Amino acid sequence: MAKKRMVQAINEGIAEEMARDPSIVLFGEDVEVSPIGDTRNLFERFGPARVRNTPISETVMTGMAVGAAAAGYRVICHLFYGNFIYTGFDAIANQAAKLRYMLGGQIRLPITFMAVIGGGRSVAAQHSDSMHPTLMNLGGVKVVMPGSPGDAKGLIKSSIRDDSPVFFLQAAGRGGESGEVPDGEYVIPLGKAIILRPGSNVTVVAIGSMVKPAQRACDELAKAGVSAELIDPRCVMPFDFDTVVDSVKRTGRLVIVDEARRTCSAASEIAATVTERTFGTLRAPARRVTVEDVAMPYSPILEKAVIPDHLRIMEAVRGLMQ
Amino acid sequence: MENMRLHSSTDRQPNDAAPASEAAAPAATTELLLAMYRLMLLIRTTEERLAKVQASGALPGPVHLSVGQEAVAAGVCVHLTDRDWITSNHRGHGHFLAKSGDLPRMIAEVFGRATGVCGGKGGSMHVADVSKGILGANGIVGGGIGLGTGAAWAEQLRGDGNVAVVFFGDGAANQGVMFEALNIAALWKLPLILVCENNGFSEFSPSATVTAGEIWRRAEPFGVPGLAVDGNDVVAVWRAAGTAIARARAGAGSTLIEARTYRLRGHVEAEMTFLSKAYREDAEIEARRAHEPLMQARRKLEQAGITAATFAGIEAEVLAQVDDAFKFAEESPWPAVESAYTHMFS
Ligand SMILES: Cc1ncc(C[n+]2csc(CCOP(=O)(O)OP(=O)(O)O)c2C)c(N)n1
Repeated sequence: MAKKRMVQAINEGIAEEMARDPSIVLFGEDVEVSPIGDTRNLFERFGPARVRNTPISETVMTGMAVGAAAAGYRVICHLFYGNFIYTGFDAIANQAAKLRYMLGGQIRLPITFMAVIGGGRSVAAQHSDSMHPTLMNLGGVKVVMPGSPGDAKGLIKSSIRDDSPVFFLQAAGRGGESGEVPDGEYVIPLGKAIILRPGSNVTVVAIGSMVKPAQRACDELAKAGVSAELIDPRCVMPFDFDTVVDSVKRTGRLVIVDEARRTCSAASEIAATVTERTFGTLRAPARRVTVEDVAMPYSPILEKAVIPDHLRIMEAVRGLMQ
Repeated sequence: MENMRLHSSTDRQPNDAAPASEAAAPAATTELLLAMYRLMLLIRTTEERLAKVQASGALPGPVHLSVGQEAVAAGVCVHLTDRDWITSNHRGHGHFLAKSGDLPRMIAEVFGRATGVCGGKGGSMHVADVSKGILGANGIVGGGIGLGTGAAWAEQLRGDGNVAVVFFGDGAANQGVMFEALNIAALWKLPLILVCENNGFSEFSPSATVTAGEIWRRAEPFGVPGLAVDGNDVVAVWRAAGTAIARARAGAGSTLIEARTYRLRGHVEAEMTFLSKAYREDAEIEARRAHEPLMQARRKLEQAGITAATFAGIEAEVLAQVDDAFKFAEESPWPAVESAYTHMFS
């Protein structure tokens, strides 16, 4: 166990997996100089056969990931900013998500698509989307969103080991945040939530980038005498409904915090399913704290208004407590 | 692997393969050259100021500068009117200014202010002024190619002889959309001019490591004229663009121009604060600096008799213009928070 930055934890997880499994290949634009920092030194360590810089050609990159995986390799395809997922979306939505199914289970597609998502750094609408709900709706891909460096390591390792396409979506601009990271073999199963803080008055589910402001909100609520249970699902597809349902059965209240746009957000899906399963025990309708149905603006003053912060989370919780 | 090593970004020097026909080449008048020089100086001075301001921490978002590439924007856009269209990429300040975009409102946009051309919603990567035919810079590599092709179609339908010019990088030439655009532009004879600004790098990758063959040749199989020009020679760019644009206006269809230039600054400002290692040698940058477009144009103008006093006058004017623009931006108000929720639908 040692304190490490988010990108270091991910990097370590990838390097450990590549060392243990020679069938793993990694490619993407500028993965060698690694502007994100998560693929640093992998080229030097594993060489050009297994680590490749690609041209800016997302359409073929995502297709290649599917083809190479179907042909027997374990593939890590780094797509850099999440919005470039859209550029390479055909092979994701029409191939990766469906090919195994359509072929009657003849192939496995062990692919980890990596990207950084979300706003907060004034890079405007084409670099700031949180598109995990779009991916959740495809059906055939898993979606992982780590909230801390330790989880990031455990989750990148299990994402790579998974035999299905997995999106590993890191919150943009948070790569420098540090936390305790277990050494060596540390694998977190996909689809297992973690209760970050126990509480009895309200359940707060916070996804990816929203874990941090939710933690702050829960701290401040505690000072005001409100006991919030904070859950980080870590993986939104598959989703650990059991953990959330158990919690809501105890607290009777649910707030979901998600940086996606409200309509068809992950928060919407969670609210609907948890409500179906806890209707008798809910004391108030579940609340979603999300981005409104707008694109991410550039100007910091606008962006700050659009992205949920601890104050909006506290307001939602207080609204439920009345 | 050889091509993974640091190496010179362009194996070919700009003029080697340039098949641009010099035969019936018109000469640029001194007056025109001076106008293009002034435009390049405006772009250069603006972007060097942006670099300074970025380093001071006063800009909210990242900036991608076109220092060293100004001749492409200037040499092409002097042929265009407000009724012609351009699309650009993330490195779009120069194209915006060359296409008569308003400097103070562009800077205000980069500062994220209410007075910005997009009300502070787009920032540096999205500067646009549709009233001037500037359909915008773009954050998606290759994104402008499809938009420009559509604008060219619209102009063809309208039939007024207007054209669309797409500025994109050598990196974007590896997006499938470029080939798709060439095919459709050829079939439909669209008034579309594809201007590939080959600045030696596709983000942090030297072009030769990610781009096979020569980009201008990619037009050939479609029957679209393709040519390479020295993108640091504003007159050469002006001449090639003139031919292509006249052809498009006359209904004879599309052209692909590869303008070979060199990016003197980083892909994005402050990049060495987050990259794991250098991707080019300082010596390469210094060697390329000797070939930069402003100095070349200035030398030609000096030979044509333009005096030091005239240059000094232009410099002072441009500097005052840039000073005013930054002052305007810095003093402009932030957008009202409610504006974050407008413009999603018409
Ligand atoms: C679809 C997409 N993929 C990747 C990126 C990240 N990116 C931004 S600029 C850039 C390099 C573009 O290179 P080029 O087209 O040569 O233009 P230059 O930066 O050299 O002006 C990359 C990879 C992006 N913005 N969009």
